[in-house]
Amino acid sequence: MEQIQLKKVDIIFGWDEKVTPIDVYDKTVKKTADSIILDMIDSGLKGRGGAGFPTGLKWKFTRNEDSDAKYVICNADEGEPGTFKDREILDKVPEKVFAGMAICGYVIGAREGYIYLRGEYNFLLKGLQKKIDLFNKQLAERKANFAIYLRSGSGAYVCGEESALFESMEGKRGEPRNKPPYPTVAGYNSKPTVINNVETLVYTCEICRMGSERFKSLGTFDSRGSKVFSVSGDTPTPGIYELELGMPLKDFVEEFADGDAKAVQIGGASGHCVPRKKFNETIIGFEGIPTGGSMMIFNSTRSMYNVLHDYLEFFTEESCGQCTPCRVGCQQLLKGIEAVKKGEKSPSYLEDMKKLTLTMKIAAKCGLGQSVANPFISIVDNFKEEIIY
Amino acid sequence: MEVYMTNTENLVHELVEKHGRDRNALMPILQGVVATEKYLSEEVMIMIAKELDLSAADVYGTASFYTFLDTVPRGKNIIRICKTISCHMRNKDEIIGVLEDQLKIKVGETTHDKKFTLLTANCLGWCHKGPVMLVNDEVFPEVTPQKAIEIVEEYMKKTN
Ligand SMILES: Cc1cc2nc3c(=O)[nH]c(=O)nc-3n(C[C@H](O)[C@H](O)[C@H](O)COP(=O)(O)O)c2cc1C
Ligand code: SF4
Ligand code: FES
Repeated sequence: MEQIQLKKVDIIFGWDEKVTPIDVYDKTVKKTADSIILDMIDSGLKGRGGAGFPTGLKWKFTRNEDSDAKYVICNADEGEPGTFKDREILDKVPEKVFAGMAICGYVIGAREGYIYLRGEYNFLLKGLQKKIDLFNKQLAERKANFAIYLRSGSGAYVCGEESALFESMEGKRGEPRNKPPYPTVAGYNSKPTVINNVETLVYTCEICRMGSERFKSLGTFDSRGSKVFSVSGDTPTPGIYELELGMPLKDFVEEFADGDAKAVQIGGASGHCVPRKKFNETIIGFEGIPTGGSMMIFNSTRSMYNVLHDYLEFFTEESCGQCTPCRVGCQQLLKGIEAVKKGEKSPSYLEDMKKLTLTMKIAAKCGLGQSVANPFISIVDNFKEEIIY
Repeated sequence: MEVYMTNTENLVHELVEKHGRDRNALMPILQGVVATEKYLSEEVMIMIAKELDLSAADVYGTASFYTFLDTVPRGKNIIRICKTISCHMRNKDEIIGVLEDQLKIKVGETTHDKKFTLLTANCLGWCHKGPVMLVNDEVFPEVTPQKAIEIVEEYMKKTN
């Protein structure tokens, strides 16, 4: 039998007593901001929060803005169903996140950094604040002009969307803004802002530690490096795993599924559902199906109707309601599949609903409404019988 | 003559002292009130609006957006059970069922003695250890019906 080659790595959670995150910071800020940006660009690191924007470019654009104030924000809103890795990172190795933020602050010329932690993780607040205080003290001892502050969310998935997150921090309803302007130009307080995912920030720290060459040697051409995966659903070994990017889904399933997997939802509720017949050809990474880390496995005992129903209920509840295609669209999709199931609508109504999701993709204001098409079309197309009967 | 202040007024003053009067302080202030009082009353929102020089409608507008910023009275303990897919697959319905029986309320309701409110929530970030419940800020992964009942009993004893 062929040996499966899932490449596990230990970069995110690994700890080196001899070179702690603050040591990495010390070493890195001896370099010029421009050379750090070049390293980031060269490493090929792309955002780990879902959208996959090249981190080095994000830092560069923000550095290039002329402004009296700039900000670094760590997005710890982690609300995508099936994702739980940022919580673990902030619990186990928060100092790496802080160092990444401080390095970013040095690069772009920011004096303040904020961590926006989802309200569901309030139990982390106390411990995290203590560690932040300690880190801020270390920064002050170094006369670094940067400090980190902690903010909490209050139970709104959409606040993970970057511009909604800024609105929330500004004391407003978490309603996404129009783009452009992008955060690199006008983010928090309408000032140039780098907003990065928790995991992305850890990788920036680790790239500064090990060099971009080493990072680049992991993964594939389009998907450099590794990624933390949150594995749940029908698996004997649910949990958090750091793996090289660009692996075939088939290998993943062989390693983690229970032998009876019929589908894997990659990227959470807003991601794609891949049926068994496509396990072989599907690559997990930017060249295939990208993911913020959520990998949910469904075996043959599961009803994909229930899965889709859960997702649509989630979107209906979490839509901020600001734009009609998303607010009304989500409600109609949910009602629509219920009607098809009950036989009140003919199966061809599913095709109409697919068109509706494509309209939402174009007309919705933010990623929430735009991505409903992903789960809807991939589940309906691959499991039509289960939706109808 | 001494100026009489209610507990709530005191709380708002403390929070404003701590976080400032800037609009950016609104969320931490609202969260601070909810942490002690479990919900935002009309009076408290008007108080905060005055302190921050905002309209009460602005404050209500923000508060009403967020699931965790309740504007209707809640029990002293808020139980939230994750209802999203992973926890659904791991029998969250059973957990909800036993707690409804134990507390003699339905999801969304508060017990007569005002000790508990039972709610559901979307993914709580513990999908590998479902089903999951939050009681206030405390998290309980991998709950069984038996464990869920015991946890609630513990809170019952702690709450007067
Ligand atoms: C509805 C919605 C929810 C999001 N939630 C999160 C989140 O919880 N965490 C996160 O890092 N990014 C989230 N994002 C993506 C952010 O908008 C943003 O792209 C990301 O924080 C950028 O960081 P990165 O480049 O390091 O990935 C969300 C996007 C949308 C549209
Ligand atoms: S797409 Fe949905 S969540 Fe996004 S702005 Fe529109 S209504 Fe709000
Ligand atoms: S689905 Fe329940 S914690 Fe994620």
